[in-house]
Formats: sequence, C-alpha cells, structure tokens
Amino acid sequence: MKQPQRPNFWQRDLVEGKDLRELTTLNLGPTHPATHGIFQNVLTLDGEIILDTEQTIGYIHRAFEKIAERRPFYQIPTLTDRMNYCSAPINNMGWHMTMEKLCGIELPKRAQYMRVVVMELARIADHIICNTIIGQDAGATTPFLYVYQWREKIYDIYEEICGARLTTNMGRIGGWQRDWNPLVWERIGGILKDLPPVLKEFEKMLVRNRIFMDRTVNCGPLSGERALAYGFTGPNLRACGVDYDVRVADPYSSYEEFDFVIPVGQSGDTYDRFMVRQQEMWESLSIIRQALDKLDAMTDKTSIHADVPDWMLPPKEEVYSAMEPLIWHFKIVMGETDVPAGEIYHCVEGGNGELGFYLVSDGGRTPFRLHLRRPCFIYYQAFPEMIKGSMLSDAILTMSSMNVIAGELDA
Amino acid sequence: MSQEKSLERPKPTIVPPPEGHTGTGFFATSIDQAIGLARKNSLWPLPFATSCCGIEFMSAMSSHYDLSRFGMERLSFSPRQSDLLMVMGTIAKKMAPVLREVYTQMAEPKWVLSMGACASTGGIFDTYSVLQGIDRIIPVDVYIPGCPPRPEQIIDGILKIQELAANESLRRRYSKEYEDLLKKYAID
Amino acid sequence: MLGFAVKTERDQLVKEAMVARGGTILQVEHERDLLCISVEKEALHDVLGVLRDDFGFGSLTTLCGMHFPGEELELSVVYHLHNMREGHRIRVKSRTAMDHPEFRTAVDLWPAANWMERETWDFFGIRFAGHPNLKRILNMEDFPAFPLRKDYPLEDPTRQDKDDSFFGR
Repeated sequence: MKQPQRPNFWQRDLVEGKDLRELTTLNLGPTHPATHGIFQNVLTLDGEIILDTEQTIGYIHRAFEKIAERRPFYQIPTLTDRMNYCSAPINNMGWHMTMEKLCGIELPKRAQYMRVVVMELARIADHIICNTIIGQDAGATTPFLYVYQWREKIYDIYEEICGARLTTNMGRIGGWQRDWNPLVWERIGGILKDLPPVLKEFEKMLVRNRIFMDRTVNCGPLSGERALAYGFTGPNLRACGVDYDVRVADPYSSYEEFDFVIPVGQSGDTYDRFMVRQQEMWESLSIIRQALDKLDAMTDKTSIHADVPDWMLPPKEEVYSAMEPLIWHFKIVMGETDVPAGEIYHCVEGGNGELGFYLVSDGGRTPFRLHLRRPCFIYYQAFPEMIKGSMLSDAILTMSSMNVIAGELDA
Repeated sequence: MSQEKSLERPKPTIVPPPEGHTGTGFFATSIDQAIGLARKNSLWPLPFATSCCGIEFMSAMSSHYDLSRFGMERLSFSPRQSDLLMVMGTIAKKMAPVLREVYTQMAEPKWVLSMGACASTGGIFDTYSVLQGIDRIIPVDVYIPGCPPRPEQIIDGILKIQELAANESLRRRYSKEYEDLLKKYAID
Repeated sequence: MLGFAVKTERDQLVKEAMVARGGTILQVEHERDLLCISVEKEALHDVLGVLRDDFGFGSLTTLCGMHFPGEELELSVVYHLHNMREGHRIRVKSRTAMDHPEFRTAVDLWPAANWMERETWDFFGIRFAGHPNLKRILNMEDFPAFPLRKDYPLEDPTRQDKDDSFFGR
C-alpha cells in the first residue's frame, strides 16, 4: 500500500525571504500522563509541527551497575527484575545464563524448555502492555481494559512458580529452585486455550480500524539503515524490516530447536511496530506449545537443575530445621561459591531487544564490573529523528509504540 | 416462583450515613462529618508513577481489581485539581524537585500516599542517586510496604487514606500543628 | 547451548589484519567467548573505522568504561561490535591514564555511540573528543563526582539509620 507523503511543513521556514514560523517551546514531561515513564522532552514547535526535541533522561537513575559491584552474584537477579519490569523473567533468565556461561554450567533440557516457556510468557505480557497502551494513546480504551486481564492471568502463573507477581526473581543460577506444581501447567494450558480468541478480538478491534490506521500508519517512521546505525534491536528493529533476533542469531536455552517466524515490518512506523509485536505474541504462543510438546515427549520428568552442588540451594524445609543445609544455603547466597575470573558478554532477546550483560569477574565474590546493555537506552536516542516534522500527537504515539521503559532506560 | 425472584432488585450498596440525629424529613449531623463523607468518596488521585509500582497501579486500576469501586476512577493528571498524591516507585534525587513542585501545586486539603519500598525508604536502592524516602521532602500520610505492593495492598492503603479523609477535622489545615509540619519541610 | 557460534575463519581474518597493523595493536586473542583486541588509545578510532568498513561491524552493541584503581593506565573503554550479517561479534578495548582520560569519539562511525559516550563520561569521567554534546546524561548536571569509579562510595551519605555500633564495627 502506497502511503501519501506528508508535505514538508517544517521546511517552509523562509517564504519569499520572510520567516513565517511561530516557534513555541513545549515542555513534555518529566511527569506527564501521556508519556509512560518519566523522561523529559523539550519540544520546539511551529504550530503543531515538531521542529526539534531535546531529551533529558535520568529521572530514575538507580545505579544498578554500581550496586552490582557490591553484591554477590546470587543476589543480582533482584536488580535485573527492576530493569524492564514489564518482562522481569526474561531479565532474570538472562542473568542466570550469563553466570552459567561464566561458570560453564550446562542445564538439563527440561530446565531449558521450562525457561523457554516462562520467557515467552513474559514476552507476551510485555507486548500486551505495549500494544494496549498504543491503543489507549490512539483513543481506544477498551483494548486496554479488556486485554490487560490476560496479563493478570500470566501473573497468576508467575505467582504459582515463584510467589511474586511483577518483580519475580525467578529461577536460580543453574536451573530452577523447585519443580512447577500441577497448577502451573494447568494455567499455562488455560492461557494457550483462552488467549488466542482474545488476541483475535483485539486485532479485530484495531488492525483494520480506519481511525487507528489513520493515526498510526506513517507515524514516526525510520528506515532500516538508520535503525541499525542507532543500534536498534528487537521489535523496533524488525518493524524497520531487519530480521535480526537474538533467539535465532545467537540461540540460547535451546531456542535453535524451535520453529518460529521472525515477523518483520516494512516502513518502521507505529503501525508496523504494533503489528510486529502482535505477530510476535502469536509466535510466542506457538513456541510455548512446542515447548510443552517437547516436555511431554521427554522421559525425564524431574530434572530441574544442573548437576552443580556449588550453586544448588538445599530444600527450604531443611534450611529451617537443620544446621548443615543452613550453612550451605548461607554460603551460596552470600557468594562463597568460587567463580572463575574472566570477562564474558551474553545477550538474550528481551521484550525490547537485545538485553546484554557484560560481566567482568576477578574471581571475587562480586562482579568486578557489570555493564548492562539496555535496549531502551540505546534506541530512545533516535526519538528526535523519528518525530521530526510530525504532529505533537504523533510523537506521543511514537513514544508509546517504542515501548520505552523508564527503569531500563535509566538503569 | 422464579419470576418473582427476578423482580426483586438487588440492593445497591450505599455509603452508610455518618452519625447524627434523624427523624421524619430531617437528618442532622456535624458539618465535619458531612464534608468528610463527601471527600472520602470522591478522592481524585494524581498518579505520580515512576517505575515498577506504576505497573502494579495499572493492574489495580484496570478491570481485574477495579479501583473505581472506591470512587477513585477519576485520575487527575493536573496537580491543581487533585486531592491525593500517589507516589509510586523510586524517586531519584534528580526527580525530587519535580515531586516537590507537584506537591506544592496541589490545593488543600491534600493527602500523600507513598507506595512501595522505594518511595517510602529508598528500598533496595541505597545509592548515591536515589532519594532515601519521599518523607524527606514532603509529608506523607500513608505508607504501603512491598516491592512492589500487590493491588490488594494498594486498595488497603487507599481505604486508609479514605478513613483519614472522612475523619479529618475541618480545622486541621488551619491549625498550628499543620503549619509547623509544613514549615518542617520548608513548604509555605 | 550457551555462547556465541565460533567464527574461526572470520576471527582469523580480523586477527591477521590487526597483527599486520603492528605496534599500535597491543594484543589480539580469543578471550573466553569473543575475540578481543587491545588497542593503544591514539589508534583506537582508526581501528574501529577499519573494523566497521572492512569487516562489516555495522552495529555498536555496547560501549562502557572501566576503572582499575592502582594500575598505571587506570581507565578503560570497552566496545562490543557486531556484524549482524555474519553473526560475528568482537570486543575492542583501550586504556588510558587518569591524568588525560580522553578518546576520540565514535559518533561519526555509529550514531548509537552518542548516549553511550555520554554515559561513560557521566560514570567515569572519560572524555570523548569531538562528541557533539558531551554532558552528563543520567546524573544531575552539577553532580560533583564520577560515581562508577571504584573510590566513590555507593551508599547514600545522608542516611542516619545505619548505626555501626550495633554490629560491633
């Protein structure tokens, strides 16, 4: 479909030698109902056309990287939770895998598939929040109130696995702390059964909706080249037409055994970003189904942890009742496990793109340096280029479709 | 039989009247209580959501937990027209002046709800960049613990605020103690 | 399977080209998961340019600073480059002394470096010559120190509830 080109209003600065522009400066943020998160954009407007944007971030800078230097390896997942809090389990698993890579731990297949299931559930939860918010910002409140309930259902699964809803701290270095109970499997089955009709309805509401398309098509576009230059990854890059996905390029946790499609967009506008996320939810559902099939077909029904006693916590009941397990538990949590020195980089496909952990260990109980590659931080700098020349209301939609998570942005 | 039953309309839950004297055609109570009743059931919250707790607040607002059952569905994003400042999430030192500005812009009477460990004490982020509790810059009425608190806890905290709003004396905001409180935070 | 696919031939190509450059390349070797190149700071920008143009490292994955207190060259920057077409990653490092912590900017090579360099300046006080807008990004403009250097304390200095006498310290 060919889109009409928007006339270049912003280039009419000199008409017959006269400057016709009436510049306004508008301060958007740091606390604004339409910016989901706290970041400031000082916009220079000509009428309603955006000429220039000056971004200020850092309003919830929490110094994750500094805290990580003072924390034993075992206590760092609590920090990663709070980075991209819309899909905390992916962050947790990313950190666990980084540690496993450093220590050379190989997980049993069953634990890897369980990780895949949780990570894909988290991806669905992340995309639900982003896509319903795009709808909300375009003026459709119903999708948010309706589809958001399925996030609650995913929370129920998290709760049954680890006891927390949002900041999950799920899994352990080397596997899982305990096996999932039957309720978890039942609820995952429920999601697989109940979510597809809801997603279909959601798509019926928005995908070919004239108003929604008018608002989002050709809104905040970016070419593939520029996106790559800006270091885009994840759904935002794929919307620009580049089929890069860490799950395929550098598979982790047995992703190479799964059969799924990388959805790509064409013009990198808000509509494409919406559609890519939407399609990814379907792919995630398919991956979960495949993982469940694989788990069913396995003869191994019990292994949840790699064979590394140095990292495996003793059962909780014993910790509370016997001396030896208590000491063991304490030693692991307080970082008495030996970790090899060295530096590694590991990345996973987070909700927003390549979530990387660059870990430098000097063999001590804490990391010497942990650098977090937060996808939001890297791609949010392209925002001024994406909205230059568009209307103010388009800027809001562009921002919500980029899914900028303040916790991840500011670290 | 079943038809009869369907004609019976369910009783709407109505807010119980405050204490007072009632008789044929009149009801007398003190003005404190009448105004408290009105304030309690139509609080306009200003969600000052910064991080993870904001997502949990979204859960509380949306259809599953449905905060509007408590007369709270009207979110006021303008500080001038809100009664309740809900601070949710980490407040960094860079953000602190903004929060203070928002608080001073709110009209009296105003309440502050500090939600989550970060807003209340700094939480796990005992770092150079995070404000160690918003009560260092603005007075707080109710704290909700948790990292993040569950929606049930949020609702509980809001009910606590409603209790405060219902029972507050009309003179409190003009009292010496309140003035001293604000002076302590250098807010005038 | 954890770890990146080993690209032996491509690693070898990069290694040969780097060794041919001679003195400015301090070390080229495979470190655990990636090929790692240590470069003298004057040659850093040239090497990055060569890697981008000749070897197709079209995206800058991360850029971060590091601090090694007590060593002669205290500060360091680490670049992770990625060639998406070939699925090839590489790590480039360079170090500098504390008295003149300055590198040439990489914004002209990858626009993505803009905020990463500002973050490195904010955290470590490493300057990047030629950067269009090198100012603090996450901390406040008037923040007095570079917080991720090892000698800067993590804890908030204004806390009064941490009484060490309870812990016998």
